[in-house]
Amino acid sequence: MSKVIVVTSGKGGVGKTTTSASFATGLAMRGYKTVVIDFDIGLRNLDLIMGCERRVVYDFVNVINQEASLTQAVIRDKAYENLHILPASQTRDKESFTIKGVGQVINELKDSFEYIICDSPAGIEKGAIMALYFADEALLVTNPEVSSVRDSDRMLGILHAKSKRAIDGIEPIKEHLIINRYIPSRVESGEMLSIKDIQDLLGIDLLGVIPESEMVLQASNAGVPVIREEESNSGQAYRDLVGRFLGEDIPLRFLEPEKKGLLKRLFGT
Amino acid sequence: MSKQHSTLVELKGSAFTLPVIHLRTFDLVGIKTELNERLSQSVSFFAHAPVVIDLGELKDTTLSCDFTKLKQLLRDVKLIPIGVYQCPEILHPEAIKAELAILKNGVSNKKNGSNTKSTIKQTSTNKVQVKIIDKPVRSGQQIYAPNGDLVILSPVNAGAEVIADGNIYIYAPLRGRALAGVMGDTTARIFTLSMEAQLISIAGHYRLFDEDPPVKVYTNSAQAYLEDKHIIVTQIP
Repeated sequence: MSKVIVVTSGKGGVGKTTTSASFATGLAMRGYKTVVIDFDIGLRNLDLIMGCERRVVYDFVNVINQEASLTQAVIRDKAYENLHILPASQTRDKESFTIKGVGQVINELKDSFEYIICDSPAGIEKGAIMALYFADEALLVTNPEVSSVRDSDRMLGILHAKSKRAIDGIEPIKEHLIINRYIPSRVESGEMLSIKDIQDLLGIDLLGVIPESEMVLQASNAGVPVIREEESNSGQAYRDLVGRFLGEDIPLRFLEPEKKGLLKRLFGT
Repeated sequence: MSKQHSTLVELKGSAFTLPVIHLRTFDLVGIKTELNERLSQSVSFFAHAPVVIDLGELKDTTLSCDFTKLKQLLRDVKLIPIGVYQCPEILHPEAIKAELAILKNGVSNKKNGSNTKSTIKQTSTNKVQVKIIDKPVRSGQQIYAPNGDLVILSPVNAGAEVIADGNIYIYAPLRGRALAGVMGDTTARIFTLSMEAQLISIAGHYRLFDEDPPVKVYTNSAQAYLEDKHIIVTQIP
């Protein structure tokens, strides 16, 4: 049984696309056939972060409009053969989306993929609604700040009201919380919301905490999902997160401020 | 806002619960006999009570009515008629001449009418319905419990709105807006295990919490009620 998972947040810039790319890559690394769809029509980024920008010929909207077949539009990742990308159109607008069209594409993808990851655009407009409509599970990406948590709360309400599962009245979407760009030292000094604060406010299960890391920007620019950076904290945190999603019992890491050793204190970082 | 402005008068909308007389006839003699009979059982309760005359159940609308006489008749039994409701348009000038207001958009609880010519009913509801919510009420969501109380077992988050005609009980933090007694019940109350509300309203009177800290009882269990048109928030117990 394949699963449709939406990566969403409400607010922009919290790391939805980074999370989609790393999460999909992580599942593929574990051997699952995975496709990640970019729903951000007109502002496509996923193919950049996945490093396949130059290989886009056809896109999601072409498939919806039956101008191209799925096999023509879906791009296979160069590093992991289980990983596939369905890029967004850069030239159309979100009016190209229809529930019928998106539904047909997702149904067809279900025949050949175990996980279908939907990378939602920011906001609560049509593109975001389409991305969550067919979801079985949701990864809610939030940053440790009030406005992001508030938007996530709004998005949880929308998941409960506007998804297909909600409208059909069947078992609701399973929600997972991902706290991204977490800076332990700033939490300790009270500048950032703590994990407990966020969980109190949102009241859903925590899947993972991704620490802020310079590596994310570097990896994005290089077109490599950060989960592939074995040395970086955020890469490791994403690996833990994928393991937890698959049911493994992995404790949270990188929640304490880094202790500076004597040498580092003497010579700086 | 500033006190330099005139504070002698203030116009505000408020909702009241009023007794309504449903007239099924304009037979003034019949009405008088029946009213006397009915009011003799509850003289003190209805003494000098403002009443609305509801013409929605009028059998014969071709009849004309002398509103001035009807008004005097009601005055005689110590009622203070203030207006007419569901009045046929053709009778509007008559009503206005008798200094009766034309009321629109009322909400009443209809029970099956008896066969008497006129009855007096309270518009407040007798039967309390309770709506129970066991999932978090999230930003942008709105829950309304008509005709009764609202019980919520999970948090009401900032940006969410919970509304009831009766009381609101929240067995979790209240971080959003809560409006109780929205149909005018001034005795409605709001209870929560952690008072962190953005706004509280009871029977149309509201209070914002924009001070810092917002209230003494912030994050404590608290209740809110109306006293002399002011919303009082106190800790429980």
